[in-house]
Amino acid sequence: MDKTTSHIPMWLLAELTFACPVQCSYCSNPLELSASRKNELSTEEWIRVMRQARKLGAVQLGFSGGEPLVRTDLEELVVEAKSLGYYINLITSSIGLTAEKITTLKEAGLGHIQISFQGSNRESNQLLGGTDSFDHKVAMTKEVIKQELALGLNFVLHRQNLHQVEEFLTMAQSLGAEFVELANCQYYGWGLHNREHLLPSQEQLIDAERVTNEFREKYKGDMDIFFVAPDYYDDRPKKCSNGWGTTFMTVNPEGEVLPCQAAKVIPGLEFPNVRDNDLKDIWHNSDLFNRFRGTDWMTEPCKSCPEKEIDLGGCRCQALMLTGDATNADPVCSLSPHHDEVLRITAKAQRPYEEEETQKLVFRNPGNSKKIRAEKSELTE
Amino acid sequence: MSEFNLETASFKLNPRYQYQWEEAQQCHVLLYPEGLIKLSGSAAEILQRCQQPTTMAAVVGELNTAFPEAEGLANDVKEFLADAQQQVWIVQVSD
Repeated sequence: MDKTTSHIPMWLLAELTFACPVQCSYCSNPLELSASRKNELSTEEWIRVMRQARKLGAVQLGFSGGEPLVRTDLEELVVEAKSLGYYINLITSSIGLTAEKITTLKEAGLGHIQISFQGSNRESNQLLGGTDSFDHKVAMTKEVIKQELALGLNFVLHRQNLHQVEEFLTMAQSLGAEFVELANCQYYGWGLHNREHLLPSQEQLIDAERVTNEFREKYKGDMDIFFVAPDYYDDRPKKCSNGWGTTFMTVNPEGEVLPCQAAKVIPGLEFPNVRDNDLKDIWHNSDLFNRFRGTDWMTEPCKSCPEKEIDLGGCRCQALMLTGDATNADPVCSLSPHHDEVLRITAKAQRPYEEEETQKLVFRNPGNSKKIRAEKSELTE
Repeated sequence: MSEFNLETASFKLNPRYQYQWEEAQQCHVLLYPEGLIKLSGSAAEILQRCQQPTTMAAVVGELNTAFPEAEGLANDVKEFLADAQQQVWIVQVSD
């Protein structure tokens, strides 16, 4: 049966590798980190993926990971992407970046670099990211601005650094950043594992938003600040990736195609691989992309909800993680019969932040991945 | 960067924006970090002519030649370019 959809996958997120020098405890990558890189897509395979996606109408391309700079063929991929007509975004920790590399990537056709910070000063950035990289991030930020490449600074927020928003924005402003994203982390993968020590209190959020608004007012026109609140505090859920199978296509390092970065957590789904199928076939005809496309899959209360077209039932992964069934309403919605679970989780977060909590974070690295796997198998035995 | 005299200055498309035809959407677009603006036919005709340094008089002149039937063209171009200047889609070129 031909299930051709009129939706165009405007965004291709190319997760080039799971390898990453940073060990963020909020990472949305799966806990089961493959220690080996031997299964990664080759340069030729990525080029084929980019061609197929472009043909489907993809225009925005994000190179991410892991840390995309780990790939030695990044420049070659940028050149190819540019010739195909993509607008190219590099989503990086900046580790591995140099002034020369910025020049090369810019000449190759890179449009935009997003550099993420884990803390607003040297000590905290090292503590929360597990790398001594703060000075390098600052130097690379300055270099990107100097070379006149579009720059976005991304400060990933959670209960252990929300009090640093003022320090971070002060730094961003003094460096001359035009675009800053303050994104509260989401609770998938490692982020879910560490949720208890990442989810902020309402008071922390209110403070951070107040500071953000003060900066917005003061530096209007010079610095745009985008604040992403953790959706556990909303009454209504967010759409999944602008709607499952409507806009986004993520290809992971081993070639699996996902409607969103977190979808791997949903059991019973089969993930088509670019090594076996054409992206066009995957986008239009795969069970995966059709599974939660539109509203036909919905159960109550979403099914008869007048707002169902607005949020499309919210996040499928969150529904699964918090209710045990991916076809339920996202329990962030106050109309969900499982909304109490979200209230129970947020109630536990209404405690003041204490520095000692940092020690409880489980950092994303192969050692911890192995440990978690061992603990899980003990539980199931 | 966005403050210049539209009537007298030379300007061009902001190099931070990528202007191109999109087959899948059957329109011209402006691409920028993580986003896209779909352009109307007339907006595309104007921006097409801003890919190299130009002036408002030159753009109006070229469009008058290409579309001799069009009425009130000069005003439409001025209005669009003023907006494009505001959005920093076009930037001044120093002589």
